[in-house]
Amino acid sequence: MRVSPWSTPLLIVYAILITFAITAGPILIAGANPIEAYGAFVVVPLTSQFTLLEILVSATPIMLTGAAVAVAFRAGYWNIGAEGQLLLGAIAAAGIGTLVGGLHPVIALPIMIVGGALGGAAWALAPALLRIRFGIDEVVTTLLLNPVALLLVNGLLHGPWRDPVTGFPESPRIAASAEFPTLIDRSRLHLGILLALIVVTVAWYVLARTAAGLRLRAAGLSPHGARFAGINVSRTLLGAALVSGAIAGIAGVSEVAGIQNRLTAGLSPGYGYTGIVVATLGTLTMPGVAIAAIFLGDLTVGASSAARSLGIPSQLGAVVQGVLLLTTVALLALRRNRARRPADGSAGSVTGDVAAEGTAG
Amino acid sequence: MIDSAPALELRGITKRFGDLVANDGIDFDVRRGEVHALLGENGAGKTTVMRIAYGLTQADAGEVRVEGQPRIIRSPRDAISAGIGMVTQHFALVGPMSVAENLALGRSRGLRLDLAAARRRAASASDRFGIRIDPSLRVANLSVGQQQRVEIVKALSRDCRVLILDEPTAVLVPDEVNALFATLRSLVADGLSIVFISHKLAEVRAISDRVSVLRRGKLVGTAAGSTDERELARMMVGRPTFGVERVADGAAPSAKPILRIRGLHVAGANDLPAISDVSADVCAGEILGVAGVSGNGQTELVEVLSGMRRPTSGSAAVSGTELAGADPGQVMRAGVGRIPEDRHASLIGDLSVAYNLVLERLDDFGNGGRIDERRIRAHAVELIRRFDIRAGPDDPVATLSGGNIQKVLLARVLSRDPRVIVVSQPTRGLDVGATEYVRSQLLERRADGAAILLVSEDLDELIALSDRLIVLYEGRIVGEMAVADADPEQLGMLMAGRGRAA
Repeated sequence: MRVSPWSTPLLIVYAILITFAITAGPILIAGANPIEAYGAFVVVPLTSQFTLLEILVSATPIMLTGAAVAVAFRAGYWNIGAEGQLLLGAIAAAGIGTLVGGLHPVIALPIMIVGGALGGAAWALAPALLRIRFGIDEVVTTLLLNPVALLLVNGLLHGPWRDPVTGFPESPRIAASAEFPTLIDRSRLHLGILLALIVVTVAWYVLARTAAGLRLRAAGLSPHGARFAGINVSRTLLGAALVSGAIAGIAGVSEVAGIQNRLTAGLSPGYGYTGIVVATLGTLTMPGVAIAAIFLGDLTVGASSAARSLGIPSQLGAVVQGVLLLTTVALLALRRNRARRPADGSAGSVTGDVAAEGTAG
Repeated sequence: MIDSAPALELRGITKRFGDLVANDGIDFDVRRGEVHALLGENGAGKTTVMRIAYGLTQADAGEVRVEGQPRIIRSPRDAISAGIGMVTQHFALVGPMSVAENLALGRSRGLRLDLAAARRRAASASDRFGIRIDPSLRVANLSVGQQQRVEIVKALSRDCRVLILDEPTAVLVPDEVNALFATLRSLVADGLSIVFISHKLAEVRAISDRVSVLRRGKLVGTAAGSTDERELARMMVGRPTFGVERVADGAAPSAKPILRIRGLHVAGANDLPAISDVSADVCAGEILGVAGVSGNGQTELVEVLSGMRRPTSGSAAVSGTELAGADPGQVMRAGVGRIPEDRHASLIGDLSVAYNLVLERLDDFGNGGRIDERRIRAHAVELIRRFDIRAGPDDPVATLSGGNIQKVLLARVLSRDPRVIVVSQPTRGLDVGATEYVRSQLLERRADGAAILLVSEDLDELIALSDRLIVLYEGRIVGEMAVADADPEQLGMLMAGRGRAA
């Protein structure tokens, strides 16, 4: 195999280097040595068991939302609504979680996971149907349903689900049998990471090795060519949208059952949007999504510890993330322009453009 | 009558696109107060030479003179300042804006938007030339004919003295054509010069003072607008007899129709039907050629037969299985193989050759969802060998040459032994070797008893391959003949909308 200077892994490495060069300015302004800061962001979290496990905890929800986004984007369905779908999964989990107290976890947990997946898929259904039936742009509809989902959460928390004991806008704690078990003592690492890895593995297998996956990729690369070859593109898009919503819903289950143990308004600090970053950095491949999620988890843990050790604002982690997304998208676009493309610049042959729009919105 | 140098004069215009010579030393001029038509088949170079005059394309050699003065025209802006306007086939209008706003576009200096002036211009055009258009209407709500009027007013409002119209009647209904011609006559009476690009003989004769005929990038000649239609058709098609050998061999087609098309109607743009009342049979072992200038319904016909478009009425059946309204999968299951004109868009460029070769029949290469990579690869290796595709199974199709892409499509279709083959422009853009190969494959299938419907703009190809020909003009069959009886002059007349076959 010849290695092109524009191969995907190299491209991501360039993107990281360029990002470090660009963010050196803000870090200097914050009064820290950039080299030291990058060390704190990236390397320090890898040096202790506690932070290593925390990286995985941070990576769990965004690995799931990243996989959700990547599945949809590969089909050419620009689902920007993973955030809302995650919240619906969380609502379902919080509701089911209070009802399954009498059941053994082996039964309770699958019920909750399936319920959350259905919740996420249900939230993804309307935009998908509008797109397929009427050609209404799903970027807009999926994005706009995100705040609606948050309103639904707040409505529940200030209404029927308000904690009766404390009066806080939090739902009642879910049953013990519905909580995800921790995997390692005295850490927050929970079942969710295994769930995320299983989802990523299954999604990889389906995309790479099955007829359904090939149809989905074909529809994403060239809807016209796929339709011409007899593939039912509408059904493929609907399937991709629902699976995407379901995976995002599982992310919501994971946060409720693994971290919060109840529904809270601050359950997701934008995991659905970060999923777009993860999917783009992972170039819409499942191994890429897993690596990108762990890398961003590393940055998140690193940024909060750097805030303490170097006295710089923890928001610099988000700055690095944002710049990294922009440079990655820019390099992918640059590569697409360089590539010889005879006839059509078929939509979605490279990932990032719409993803970038989504996070900007 | 002619008081000075021509309003617009082109000298020795030459333009190459790669190996293709689109314009070869073309000389053309239009006098003041004259309609000068540019006639020719598709691809003859009519549009290219006028795009050069309007600055949309740069010539490789040649000179543009305006009223005797050499002008360098690098962009439409240069052309407009030289007094040249052009209405292209695709209008350059902003749909959601009003007519007045469209007229003001590109004219406003700085930040000021002078809509009052735009309205005045629309009113003065209406007074001077009888082009009535309400400046307050939204362009998107106008008919195509009205949009064309806006384009003309836009050009006039920039004080153009030479107006180039590229196939202006292609999108118009007959009443609109009459209105357009009335407008053009009043413009000419006012001293404007008009270049009228067309391939329709009747219209050219109705409106032009002079006609220049282009064929394959060369100027064949310039004649008076009143020249006999047969003469013009001969100039356009280019030869008294066809210079090609028939390559279809002796075996006569069976009389058994496999593909039966009956009363097919397909809706088109602007309430014009794309196809009206088309009926035809294609028998086993027969190639039915579809002749016509492109845009006369061939694309829509092929799309219906490919399952990519729904007809408004009528039937197209393969041995009793209805194709009208079927989806591509059903069409393929009925035994139809499809090689469409847009070969790039019909494959998936970013997927490998091997995947593209099995995309139409994934179910044959899977066991319970999982696809059998080894069999897909073996299948690809086999077809690459059989069809002489110069590529590896893992190469993305987009990296292949046009000829090899066509071979991939051919291999995908022919490997399923279709009883009916619907093929459009099979050799357009291919080199000699690939062209020969594609044609020989089609003839081989004909000998094996396939019913083939062949759409091509290349008359030589149709003559070389077909058993019978039908001619499409404005979505209707205007002629049908055995290839042995085909005469180029008559074909040219039919394609240009004149006369019917005996």
